[in-house]
Amino acid sequence: MSVGFPLLSLIIWLPILFGIAVFSTGGDHNAQPARWIALIGSILGFLVAIPLYTEFDPTTSVMQFTENRVWFERFNVNYHLGVDGISMPLILLNCFTTPLVVIAGWQVIQQRVSQYLGAFLMMSGIVNGVFASLDAVLFYVFWEASLIPMFLIIGIWGGPNRVYAAIKFFLYTLLGSLLMLIAFIYLYRSSGGSFSIADYHQLSIPFTAQILIFIAFLLAFAVKVPMWPVHTWLPDAHVEAPTGGSVVLAAIMLKLGGYGFLRFSLPIVPDASHYLAEMMIVLSLIAVVYIGLVALMQADMKKLIAYSSVAHMGFVTLGFFLFNAYGVEGAMVQMISHGFISGAMFLCVGVLYDRLHSRQIADYGGVVNKMPFFAAFFMLFAMANAGLPGTSGFVGEFMVIMGSVQVNFWYAFLAATTLIFGAAYTLWMYKRVIFGAVASPAVEGLQDISNREFILLAVLALAVLWLGIYPFPLTDVMHVSVDNLLEHVSNSKL
Amino acid sequence: MQTLYLLVPIAPLLGAIIAGLFGRQIGTVWSHRATISLVFISFIASLIIFVDVLGGNVFNGTVYTWLVTGDTHFEIGFLIDQLTATMMVVVSLVSLMVHVYTIGYMHGDPGYQRFFSYISLFTFSMMMLVMSNNFLQLFFGWEAVGLVSYLLIGFWYTRPTAIYANLKAFLVNRVGDFGFLLGIALVLSYCGTLDYADVFEQAPEIAKQTIEIIPGSSWLVITVICILLFIGAMGKSAQFPLHVWLPDSMEGPTPISALIHAATMVTAGIFMVARMSPLFELSDVALSVILLTGGITTLFMALVAIVQTDIKRVVAYSTLSQLGYMTVALGASAYSAAIFHLMTHAFFKAVLFLGAGSVIIAMHHEQNMEKMGGLKKYMPITYWTMFIASLASAGVPGFSGFFSKDTIIEAVGFATIPYAEFAYYCVVATVFVTALYTFRLFFMTFHGEARMDEHTKSHLHESPWVVTLPLIVLAIPAVGAGWFIGPIVFGDYFNNVIYVLPEHAAIEKLGAEFTGIGGMMAHALTTVPFWLSVAGIFTAWFLYTIKTNWPGKIKSAFGPVYTVLDKKYYIDELYSWLFAGGARALGSVFWKFGDMKLIDGSIVNGSAKLVAWTATLVRRFQTGYIYHYAFTMIVGIFAILTFWLH
Repeated sequence: MSVGFPLLSLIIWLPILFGIAVFSTGGDHNAQPARWIALIGSILGFLVAIPLYTEFDPTTSVMQFTENRVWFERFNVNYHLGVDGISMPLILLNCFTTPLVVIAGWQVIQQRVSQYLGAFLMMSGIVNGVFASLDAVLFYVFWEASLIPMFLIIGIWGGPNRVYAAIKFFLYTLLGSLLMLIAFIYLYRSSGGSFSIADYHQLSIPFTAQILIFIAFLLAFAVKVPMWPVHTWLPDAHVEAPTGGSVVLAAIMLKLGGYGFLRFSLPIVPDASHYLAEMMIVLSLIAVVYIGLVALMQADMKKLIAYSSVAHMGFVTLGFFLFNAYGVEGAMVQMISHGFISGAMFLCVGVLYDRLHSRQIADYGGVVNKMPFFAAFFMLFAMANAGLPGTSGFVGEFMVIMGSVQVNFWYAFLAATTLIFGAAYTLWMYKRVIFGAVASPAVEGLQDISNREFILLAVLALAVLWLGIYPFPLTDVMHVSVDNLLEHVSNSKL
Repeated sequence: MQTLYLLVPIAPLLGAIIAGLFGRQIGTVWSHRATISLVFISFIASLIIFVDVLGGNVFNGTVYTWLVTGDTHFEIGFLIDQLTATMMVVVSLVSLMVHVYTIGYMHGDPGYQRFFSYISLFTFSMMMLVMSNNFLQLFFGWEAVGLVSYLLIGFWYTRPTAIYANLKAFLVNRVGDFGFLLGIALVLSYCGTLDYADVFEQAPEIAKQTIEIIPGSSWLVITVICILLFIGAMGKSAQFPLHVWLPDSMEGPTPISALIHAATMVTAGIFMVARMSPLFELSDVALSVILLTGGITTLFMALVAIVQTDIKRVVAYSTLSQLGYMTVALGASAYSAAIFHLMTHAFFKAVLFLGAGSVIIAMHHEQNMEKMGGLKKYMPITYWTMFIASLASAGVPGFSGFFSKDTIIEAVGFATIPYAEFAYYCVVATVFVTALYTFRLFFMTFHGEARMDEHTKSHLHESPWVVTLPLIVLAIPAVGAGWFIGPIVFGDYFNNVIYVLPEHAAIEKLGAEFTGIGGMMAHALTTVPFWLSVAGIFTAWFLYTIKTNWPGKIKSAFGPVYTVLDKKYYIDELYSWLFAGGARALGSVFWKFGDMKLIDGSIVNGSAKLVAWTATLVRRFQTGYIYHYAFTMIVGIFAILTFWLH
């Protein structure tokens, strides 16, 4: 459905404009107005995105809410926007997360408030742009632009080792995306001068070129996801990032990589995708098993959750390369669910960090005695992280495992080990942090969550439960688009 | 009637929400009032449904569509038949009694409301599990009862042993669930649906197909599926080698030991296999695996029970052994006997646990039987109900346990598949052991001299009525439930639910000889198990009331044997070294060597170092002196000219 109203532009630019407005409040003497403008902007940003779901037509895979204007006529670059069932849920996830991040930073951030909040709002708009772009250049611009706010958030408001982490993050991801640009230029030339992603989907490409393009895309997307072995930037970035940064990084940024595979790798170079599928599956399974074991050994809560993110995102890439509906839809659900759960987990660690200024598991113990409400929420999210049925964490993993067994029993076997490892690392951490007798005078002095924190965690808890108990509305909108994608991928383009 | 179906799980869920979220506001009394009345509603609804099912009204339908992917509809739905209805009545009755009992047992505990919330949540989950009409919802309930079990074992969260035990229980169960989920995945991949009825319809087709899990060796698909599903049952129903979590689960408060870790949750695996009889029947290999597992569990866990001194642990090992009986029955295709034993066991074991709990209250939370003794005169109701349950447990004719256990033993005798003989000797030998450990507990606790300190002794008294009432109510079926064996096991009660191949028809053969419960009891007097049982009771009586110094002598005479039993065959030590230690060691290697050294050290930081090194080299040329630049330029020009003119 194409409405005359430029809804997608609004969804992209409204947060960015609000971000600029927040910036313009200046120094910290205006912190309070900056917070309120940011909150209003982020909530408006979510509200304007709601029609995307309510007006969405789930019976077609055609791009909806399209906008198309000429940008650089000479190179045939267009400001071309549109969404389908694959990108729409991700935009909603992003718009949903932004207000939470603003609220999470409400009291915690006391320095350069306007810049911090402005960065998040701009980030939100830019990410919406990535998901809505139907033009490769536009996509690339948004893609690279999204690095800047996150780089600054880690580099300015991060922990002691923030500069190393920020630069590692930046270089890792930049290196990947440069190759993607080269792939775009190749596609531009071979398509006879088009940057339209839809045109690329129709292009026939020789096998060797497909492989090279696949690898170029792979480097860009694998770093973002992140897949093993290019994941090592993530734990560092998370550990140093402020809570809000970690939430956006895990909930949103990682999804850019996953989205890239669906929008570019699979449909543009299907033959290469099939040819290299086994390699991709093996890398994904390494992420599940190897990273699951690495997570077990972490002493730092944020690192543990970061590693757990890598393991969970392994399910996403695994699902994509099974080339069946269970796998791809499961991977999509897993991306949305991971957005909720990892966001919530990082917020939970943030709640503790704000009080004790430590992320070390060993510094805690017996928190439940002092923070029972917090412990209850944390239990829910920990269980969701361990993939308990009834929470969103189960749905995606279940579907992907169902999909893998149809391809190869051993894929499913290795993927299903997450049932054990996921529970082991999450609940062992939970046990050491939350259960037991009060471990130290510092824990003795802990205060239970404030109303602000309660609202944040309650909203996420509802989201996690809703998606676990009734995921139908989510899969319903992506169904036709995924089917279309699968059909597309099954046709050779040599 | 369909509203009633919904009411059965929803009522306890509502109770859990009320007590869980608003427990502080409404206080302790209203928390237990709300949850108990809602569970009571669930129990009444279950009874009505049970009567309705007896009238022939079965139901199979969808509640809502959970998810649609590809062409597959995943649904939440109910299947109400004889098996479900039986389970619903057992679960809701035991749950109701445990709710009432909890008022007394948890009195004054700071987590009072939380406890009620959990047990109601458990009732909801268990109902969803047994009422399911598809594998997905079964798995939902399966994991949900595991969650509640985890929460309840760790209920006293400041105790290190409790939070160790609950983590262990969850992880061991997850190992089982791992197999279970793979089994479900294979079912879906071969049948294209997870609906029981559709899957069972296709089962004969699948039975002909083979799969190559390991290249070169081909397996029947149905065997692989059944073994994987059974691994799930081994986790939940605590069968060797996944039994290790159940004894430790006794760290939880006693009411949940009765409800979850004896009467209901742990029987979920038995229920599941019986429900899947149309699949399991088609694989003799899977049935043999079940027989072997069940046989080992029955005998070897019962032996451990003899040396335990903690009253709850004796009952816990007894539960393991009794679950072994049920498993053996499943392997012998005596599904109805397994379910019947599940039912009688739920009642007599609930009494044993709740009675043990009553003793523990009287003893001021002392659980060591060596410090008990002579409690008979202080606690008459507890004494007599425990006596009844002990007789049922030991399989004395007339009591419920006799009918179910004897049927299982006879049925295994008829089974002809591999390992049936092994299982038969295990279950027969265990009759003696069962009688011995059950009455050892009984005599050590209630008879002989009182071994507690004076302070405890002066405060000994019978428990309040909220504790004794459930004991009495549950003691009635602990005796009488067995009398219905005729219609339930040998009649046509389970005809449309349980499927048995003609060549596995052990129960049918037994049924042909069945002449009523009187005849069954009379016949039993001529069989070995009866005399073994009598011998067990006599031995316990002799050792623990007459020659009370003999057990100590026997212990030192058989030192190594005693140690092995006391250490539970060193399985815990093996697992914690092999699996917990192994996973940690592997995780360390992957992290410290793989991530830090190899990827970050050599590749990431290595490439950064390479750039830095190159930059240092190149920087040497950027000196700012014109003659350096001029020199470089001249070298360059020469190089280019050489290349060009060559």
